[in-house]
Amino acid sequence: MPANGAPTKITQGSQTKGGIGESTLRPDGTLKVTGEFAYSSDMWHEDMLWGQILRSTVAHAEIVSIDTSEALATAGVYAVLTYDDLPTEVKNYGLEIQDTPVLAHGKVRHHGEPVALVAADHPETARRAAAKIKVEYRELPVVTDEKSALAPDAVLVHENRDDHHCGHVPHPNIVHRQPIIRGDVEEARRRADVIVEGEYTFGMQDQAFLGPESGLAVPEEDGGVHLYVATQWLHSDLRQIAPVLGLPEEKVRMTLAGVGGAFGGREDLSMQIHACLLALRTGKPVKIVYNRFESFFGHVHRHPAKLYYEHGATKDGKLTHLKCRIVLDGGAYASASPAVVGNASSLSVGPYMVDDVDIEAIALYTNNPPCGAMRGFGAVQACFAYEAQMDKLAKKLGMDPVEFRQLNAMEQGTVMPTGQPVDSPAPVAELLRRVKAMPLPPERQWESSEGADVRQLPGGLSNTTHGEGVVRGVGYAVGIKNVGFSEGFDDYSTAKVRMEVVGGEPVATVHTAMAEVGQGGVTVHAQIARTELGVTQVTIHPADTQVGSAGSTSASRQTYVTGGAVKNACELVREKVLEIGRRKFGTYHPAWATAELLLEGGKVVTDAGEVLGDLVDVLEDEVVEVEEEWRHRPTEAFDLRTGQGNGHVQYSFATHRAVVEVDTELGLVKVIELACAQDVGKALNPLSVIGQIQGGTTQGLGVAVMEEIIVDPKTAKVRNPSFTDYLIPTILDTPTIPVDVLELADEHAPYGLRGIGEAPTLSSTPAVLAAIRNATGLELNRTPVRPEHLTGTA
Amino acid sequence: MRVNFTVNGRPQEADDVWEGESLLYVLRERLGLPGSKNACEQGECGSCTVRLDGVPVCSCLVAAGQVEGRDVVTVEGLAEYAKQRAEGGCASGACGTTLQDAQLGVPPGEAWGRQAKGTDSQTGEGGELSTVQQAFIDAGAVQCGFCTPGLLVASDELLERNPNPSDADIREALSGNLCRCTGYEKIMDAVRLAAARQSEEV
Amino acid sequence: MDFLRPASWEEALAAKAEHPTAVPIAGGTDVMVEINFDHRRPEYLLDLNRIGDLYEWEVGEESVRLGASVPYTKIMESLRAELPGLALASHTVASPQIRNRGGVGGNLGTASPAGDAHPALLAAGAEVEVESAARGTRLIPIDEFYTGVKRNALRPDELIRAVHVKKADGPQQYSKVGTRNAMVIAVCAFGLALHPETRTVRTGIGSAAPTPVRAKAAEEFLNAALEEGGFWDNGKIITPSVAKQFAGLCSAACNPIDDVRGTASYRRHAVGVMARRTLTWTWESYRGNHRTTEGAA
Repeated sequence: MPANGAPTKITQGSQTKGGIGESTLRPDGTLKVTGEFAYSSDMWHEDMLWGQILRSTVAHAEIVSIDTSEALATAGVYAVLTYDDLPTEVKNYGLEIQDTPVLAHGKVRHHGEPVALVAADHPETARRAAAKIKVEYRELPVVTDEKSALAPDAVLVHENRDDHHCGHVPHPNIVHRQPIIRGDVEEARRRADVIVEGEYTFGMQDQAFLGPESGLAVPEEDGGVHLYVATQWLHSDLRQIAPVLGLPEEKVRMTLAGVGGAFGGREDLSMQIHACLLALRTGKPVKIVYNRFESFFGHVHRHPAKLYYEHGATKDGKLTHLKCRIVLDGGAYASASPAVVGNASSLSVGPYMVDDVDIEAIALYTNNPPCGAMRGFGAVQACFAYEAQMDKLAKKLGMDPVEFRQLNAMEQGTVMPTGQPVDSPAPVAELLRRVKAMPLPPERQWESSEGADVRQLPGGLSNTTHGEGVVRGVGYAVGIKNVGFSEGFDDYSTAKVRMEVVGGEPVATVHTAMAEVGQGGVTVHAQIARTELGVTQVTIHPADTQVGSAGSTSASRQTYVTGGAVKNACELVREKVLEIGRRKFGTYHPAWATAELLLEGGKVVTDAGEVLGDLVDVLEDEVVEVEEEWRHRPTEAFDLRTGQGNGHVQYSFATHRAVVEVDTELGLVKVIELACAQDVGKALNPLSVIGQIQGGTTQGLGVAVMEEIIVDPKTAKVRNPSFTDYLIPTILDTPTIPVDVLELADEHAPYGLRGIGEAPTLSSTPAVLAAIRNATGLELNRTPVRPEHLTGTA
Repeated sequence: MRVNFTVNGRPQEADDVWEGESLLYVLRERLGLPGSKNACEQGECGSCTVRLDGVPVCSCLVAAGQVEGRDVVTVEGLAEYAKQRAEGGCASGACGTTLQDAQLGVPPGEAWGRQAKGTDSQTGEGGELSTVQQAFIDAGAVQCGFCTPGLLVASDELLERNPNPSDADIREALSGNLCRCTGYEKIMDAVRLAAARQSEEV
Repeated sequence: MDFLRPASWEEALAAKAEHPTAVPIAGGTDVMVEINFDHRRPEYLLDLNRIGDLYEWEVGEESVRLGASVPYTKIMESLRAELPGLALASHTVASPQIRNRGGVGGNLGTASPAGDAHPALLAAGAEVEVESAARGTRLIPIDEFYTGVKRNALRPDELIRAVHVKKADGPQQYSKVGTRNAMVIAVCAFGLALHPETRTVRTGIGSAAPTPVRAKAAEEFLNAALEEGGFWDNGKIITPSVAKQFAGLCSAACNPIDDVRGTASYRRHAVGVMARRTLTWTWESYRGNHRTTEGAA
């Protein structure tokens, strides 16, 4: 129950079993544990071919020639396609800026860029044929960092830009720039008793979803194509795919195949257009499945960043000002970079009250791998920096780091640096209090009567310490993430809900295009339908493009926005059902006309609980169906010079306390516990909420101590595209994650809920870093922190 | 080449197998058993874990030709395997048959079509599940589910070997199975739950 | 590609003689990765799974004859007393699934400097039993086996049949550094064996030079220091300065590179730390046994 603030209001149908607030189980759970759930890579079709993509072996080069003749002559090969085979004038795609070539044209801009496609009867045939394609490259100098990108004579990654950002950026190798200016920093700086500066580096993280990019394109008789694919947003894919194929959107049918995780990595297209092109060319179904190596090239990563921060504070611990500059490396193509810049800048101050700010965030075009959406989206990098700053300030002031944060914590009513007031609960200080109040794990848990249990020590099974050099550290962090698409984006969702009697029972069918990527949206949709419509049986229709857009499964938005759309459609269905009831039975009981009526437990009841009739009798053989779009409150763009504007819909807050044990001699880290307290507004499904928080926490742990795509600064080539060298946490790296869930309703959101998926990924990383600093006394201005950083051997 | 072996208690024959193919490819693409997942193809994630003559292995690293005459159990046969074990039957899974349904290929889009029939899996409808399968559902250990088949095979084998594992034992036994969604906490819960339920059954 | 399935050791040797380019595959944990990722397309794959001999071991008077394909899991479970260093090393190999398939023969065949078994074999003392159809069996001392980066002393027509590892006559230890607490390739590794019978110490270093190596200067230093101080007899604590110098010499035996897994400088440092710690652990164990024996007498 909420500790303070308004309790969540649930007005309807709470009597129906399996409704919101219960930990109902996943509807796809049985299929997933029996191996029957069909992921995109499991798709199969008679006569299907296998698609293979030939990718560039260099990062930046002119393509002098491509010779496909030998590949085409290979037995079992059905098609080989290059840029010249693209069917229309539309040859690029992109989420916001259409700068990404479907196949390289004259030039490649990053390592692993698609150059040619092969379709063959066996994956090995396709691989061998792709290897026979001769591409001659003339290498160009590479742009790999801010210095090389912004030099006066810098090589331009994209010549002749004409996108809507190119007018306001100071250099053509900057995708987008967002300053935020508020108050008077110079004046505020004079009030500061202490000033703390820091330069921070955030490494390139990969989503590393376990199900690599894959799908099946089936040509249709009408000349169109049906694509079964794992994605985060069917309609966004469709909007980008259809023009390249030269088909109207109706002729490109899309069905969501099972998605093996996403975390932002499926927001951009990967194999979609390629599979469709090959299917349309060969007239046969074409399946493409990336292997892990290709997956590292097949999707965008989290932007690596350099962050320059200066904070001031008075001696009694109040923040005076923030000056910061955030440089995000967007890589070769824009992807979601502009929106990431908007987030990084507008959330760069963190969940703190600072009136005077001078902030700038930019994203660069470089020849590094393209970067875009990943869980936390710009807010992650900023949180790493401002939380390090908070610890430095507290230390300099001789204050407790948690108390220092609480003293400066924002609350409801605080005005963001964008000028936007926070108009729902912002329990930052309370979350810090809660996470600090959780009991600490016992010391030296690895000691046993039989000696040290290495599994519980840094190094684990590798037997590097039996306790020698091991020092414990504790660290705290808190973060703020926006929920939903911001900056004036029309962020709507559509839901189609049908109600009818099947087999003598009222049944609701919920049809949306929402991408279920594992988050549990399908579970929640059924709960909402039960709550609103008083039914037990809910069928979740497969997600496809036969219904309107549900927006993206990202930005912590799906339960809020598509959940909101389902709720809204259910309410409209309910009204229609009640109309039918009034028409049929209104004359039998006055309450039909006078009382507020609900649907509960398969019946129509008054708000006083009196049963007016069975839904089965009301509906008989009538089918009620509603398809309707639903929108959250509109937002505004940020002013391009001052960053002012009501850009965000809702904020989400999480705090972490990390307890680590560091082998200070070998620089190995074991995270012992990562406690989290988070405000979720209203937990529609508590089991799923905790699962999201623990999963997000672990991804934050990963980028704290191990995860990084390493790009050679001389060649811009990726050096570790495999699960052997890009390490993600195993179960032995992951600690217990106790979670304290706070539920303070946001009155603007459906059921008072708050988007939850991303916030835990923000604060987990800086909490782990703070704990390692606490254990080692080192400054540690980069993440991930590797053993060489802890041992002075970098 | 041709490969003959037993999968989930049923003799199987795969023809025209390319010599470089893995057991995983043969299961998924030739025998219509896509339950074992291909997530890394380098033995680093455990998503393709199957029992080979009873031993958990990464099927992506077993050459198809190496399984000639041998016995494989996949996630599709796990429930039957566990059932026979409980009944004291053939523990290797070499006897008995598995669900007919699991042997069929998966046509596109079918999964959601099938799922649409159900509502919640609380009821466990759609055939019997093994203790560990049910525990994964009940504990919330399944999110995207891609790692789930491999984790189930590995967890089931752990509990066969060690019916009452400590937390450290569970972590060690599952350290070859990556999960990106859950942070492993609910997986720990699921294995603890399965162990507790199994001990009640005995 | 052709898949050869010999049913016996003799058939395997004949196949290897006929097709010297054939790539032996046993556990598949190296070879299949290379095939899956299109790094290798051998003309012939030579499957050794059907040769039962390779999965067996014999414990002799002086040494254990360990079949090339005995999985690491078996070594961990069944040979902890005889081969404690190798058993510890086996436990650090990748994951349970990999340990169920992979064996020492694969590590030796691949001869990657990062192979987990090498430092333990070097420290314990071992000979690799190889055989060809034409010339029969020969035993290659482990010190002569590693000839370069991913190169070994094997001739094209030879196969690895077994490795003869000296049974432990004293405490052994093994440590490996990785940037993850499980399922990780060695950034560097260190094996140490005390041999009270000969009053010597042997070492093995992995992933810190082009090949697995012994820190011979460190061994010589320590042998001399232990002898001079009468340590083998008096069972005293090794002085910190001796341990420190030993660690420094072990670091100096490294010739590492910078790569994505770690810096050369870190590898040198970590090998020194592991050398010091494993020396402490083994020596404490030796002293414990020593005292126990004395007490019993």
